[in-house]
Amino acid sequence: MLSKRTHDIAASFSRRGVLAATAGLMLGLASLTGAKAADDTIKVGVLHSLSGTMAISETTLKDTILFLIDEQNKKGGVLGKKLEAVVVDPASNWPLFAEKARELITKDKVAVVFGCWTSVSRKSVLPVFKELNNILFYPVQYEGEESERNVFYTGAAPNQQAIPAVDYLMKEEKVKRWVLAGTDYVYPRTTNKILEAYLKSKGVAQEDIMINYTPFGHSDWQTIVADIKKFGSAGKKTAVVSTINGDANVPFYKELGNQGIKAKDIPVVAFSVGEEELAGIDTKPLVGHLAAWNYFESIKTKDGSNEKFIKEWQAYTKNPKRVTNDPMEAHVIGFNMWVKAVEKVKSTDPDKVIDALPGIEAPNLTGGVSKMLPNHHITKPVFIGEIKGNGQFDVVWKTPGLVAGDAWSKELEGSKDLIGDWVGKKCGNFNTKTNKCLGSGS
Amino acid sequence: MPVHLSARLCALALSLLLIVFALPALAGPFEDGVAKFANDDFSDTEEAIGVIASSGNKLAFPIISALQDGRLMADPDSKKVYVTGTDGKSIDAATGEAVASVPDSASAVRLNNRLRRSVDAALGGLTLQSPDVGTRLQAAQSVFKSHEETALEAVDAALAKENNKSVKAALGDARAAILLFKSDATEVEKLEAVATLKARGDQEALALLTGMGDQPASVTKAAASAIGSIQNSLAVWSMVQNAWYGLSLGSVLLLAAIGLAITFGVMGVINMAHGEMVMLGAYTTFVVQEVIRTRYPGLFDYSLLIAAPLAFVVAGAIGVLIERSIIRFLYGRPLETLLATWGLSLVLQQAVRTMFGPTNREVGNPSWMSGAFEFGQITITYNRLWILLFTLAVFAILLAMLRYTALGLEMRAVTQNRRMAASMGIATSRVDALTFGLGSGIAGIAGVALSQIDNVSPNLGQSYIIDSFMVVVFGGVGNLWGTLVGAFTLGIANKFLEPVAGAVLGKIAILVLIILFIQKRPRGLFALKGRAVEA
Repeated sequence: MLSKRTHDIAASFSRRGVLAATAGLMLGLASLTGAKAADDTIKVGVLHSLSGTMAISETTLKDTILFLIDEQNKKGGVLGKKLEAVVVDPASNWPLFAEKARELITKDKVAVVFGCWTSVSRKSVLPVFKELNNILFYPVQYEGEESERNVFYTGAAPNQQAIPAVDYLMKEEKVKRWVLAGTDYVYPRTTNKILEAYLKSKGVAQEDIMINYTPFGHSDWQTIVADIKKFGSAGKKTAVVSTINGDANVPFYKELGNQGIKAKDIPVVAFSVGEEELAGIDTKPLVGHLAAWNYFESIKTKDGSNEKFIKEWQAYTKNPKRVTNDPMEAHVIGFNMWVKAVEKVKSTDPDKVIDALPGIEAPNLTGGVSKMLPNHHITKPVFIGEIKGNGQFDVVWKTPGLVAGDAWSKELEGSKDLIGDWVGKKCGNFNTKTNKCLGSGS
Repeated sequence: MPVHLSARLCALALSLLLIVFALPALAGPFEDGVAKFANDDFSDTEEAIGVIASSGNKLAFPIISALQDGRLMADPDSKKVYVTGTDGKSIDAATGEAVASVPDSASAVRLNNRLRRSVDAALGGLTLQSPDVGTRLQAAQSVFKSHEETALEAVDAALAKENNKSVKAALGDARAAILLFKSDATEVEKLEAVATLKARGDQEALALLTGMGDQPASVTKAAASAIGSIQNSLAVWSMVQNAWYGLSLGSVLLLAAIGLAITFGVMGVINMAHGEMVMLGAYTTFVVQEVIRTRYPGLFDYSLLIAAPLAFVVAGAIGVLIERSIIRFLYGRPLETLLATWGLSLVLQQAVRTMFGPTNREVGNPSWMSGAFEFGQITITYNRLWILLFTLAVFAILLAMLRYTALGLEMRAVTQNRRMAASMGIATSRVDALTFGLGSGIAGIAGVALSQIDNVSPNLGQSYIIDSFMVVVFGGVGNLWGTLVGAFTLGIANKFLEPVAGAVLGKIAILVLIILFIQKRPRGLFALKGRAVEA
């Protein structure tokens, strides 16, 4: 009995030994080929969830970066080297984002990372990027209140999406009563706090603001839609400002349509609903509801840049119906800015690229030129689009020029004196009143 | 003949203008208005609507209704505007003459929400005397909504001729709404208006009464009492509404949980891949609808009836496959079953994601499941109503199957006492496979119904798995009636908590209540007694 067991253990040990040896050999080979590859290519990390809840939104962004790299390589790459994408799957798991980011930077030695969607995933990778000193391009509209040296925010800050949308409703639709509905997490909560402060500064009374939060993936909207209807029957023009995220939107809009809330009675303006989200709904009952973004697929440009991009994208994905959306455009701008900065300093060294990026300009897809600002946000135009029957948007209003992104909201008590300035002050949260950097310096 | 002369002069002036501006159709305010549609400017379009609606021209109705449906085409180059009919024929909007074709450079005149409201108001005024009852009713309702003073004359004229009872009532409401906001209406008229709105008693009436602004003291007083009485009746209705929403939520919970009540409740398999069976049912619906859309568009309204048996077969077959290949080796080892089925759920999700892509797929509502009807002061949506009826039907069929068919008898025998059943000649492993297949198949049917109210995405199943377990455990494991009562109790409790506590806290409160309840009654609402429990 005993001898058999020892024998088993010995056998398993030796098996383990073989395994370890093989693994070691493989690793050696891998690192060898890795080292060889690193000489003639520049590695670009792609950190987007390809499985789990966020795959619905993030998979497209992975494809976008692969497409951009492909296009860039056709033009000869960067600094005479080909770009090589390293794609990892953080699986919608926030701690895994940090692990995968570390893997990309230390093991794969990427020069830059394009990634993240949710704010919590961005917060999870922040310490890694600071510690290992690398660059993250973050392409999604978010709540602001952040400016980090290693992160470049190419999505909209609240003043580039939420505030102009509310302005539009006030001026064009004469809205007097507001429902702020959102999913219960940091982006909607912060955005709604900013909007509430902004509305009050415009003279809207507390009783004319209704704030409502729902869990992620909420699917039974009957009560809330009925509440909105009730709130809207107080004799004043009412609108819903929706920061409802992702999957919960489809049942929400279906319930709106079925309960007969038309856009001409109570319009809903959404900050997280784009062409991709609408692809899953019959939009005919939703015609007239609004979305605020910095890009819409339907925008016609004088120089044809948007039309060209859509055509090439559909050819690349081999799908003539594949839609484009706002975060994709943010990646396009961010990617081109990074390429320009690298070519300017003739190096992919993160320190040099970070210093070179502010001031870099790159064309956006709506016919303008966006610029990277010292606070690591960019200038963008703001569009209000109405949902059409075919799942696209019709632009009904836009800002006269480009709007500069504010890292710190001017509406909130705690942040109105703060600015991010990585050029002059070298600080992400510089207090202009006390002339002090509050700790996020370099 | 001065008339003749002036007409000639007009014609001369017109031709002169034509030469000077090289612009067609610049004859009168009507034609001017029509040309404004071509400017692609929202304020110009609004002006044009006003001019055309009040012009009295015969073309006003076809133009504005075409504008509403996106059939009004404007050519920005020639400034010509065309009405394309539903039959494909087109006319020049300014002259009414038929045209052979609309030029390619023309595009549909765009609207925004403000303009949609003006279009509705204009159409309301124009169609108050339409021969069709439905159109008249709609017209009266849109006048009620817009309550523009200018429409009063048209409403009075229509009211005098109207015979239909419900249209007459709607016109009366519209008249009251106009008078309430008309600054020079007499006090008596206003008091009458308040009484009419009080009798109407719904949220829209409430909206008008609360938003009416400065009024004579007597009117304000009457309005205040009307508001009070409407609010009281609405409060009662809101209880009815909560109860209905609760039933509806309960039916969704029940539908998602019935399948689990069999695989987990009856067989004791902790099946974490249950949600994925629901998802497979939803994707089956999607595939069926895709085929119907491309090949047999006429069958679209029957798509769900076709999808339901198919979803049962697809999910059921996969269920049998899973049972035969994985679960049968793990009976009596709940922890391993849990892990294996959890892994399986991830595999299924990713497989669907690879096959169909990560984004939502569009599953349309058949016409009989779209929209809503009013029941008293609450709105009941057809899709929720049908899902409730469908759930009850599935439940009844399942119950009958378990009680009256040979397979049902064998299933009950095997779950109650496996060894005894085996010695009576029942092929227990075959029954196991079929039972698991039945549970999975029913989950697939649930997916068909849920595709009507939720996303069809690879994550669909995940959002129902927790709720399903909650229902089954709360109702009592192994008891179908317990699942029914459990689902409706949770649904109704949730919907009465939600308005008070909010959706997030409401959900937490329900979870806490269930935990407390399970502490008191570990076997759920309806505990099974007897040998099976100890086994």
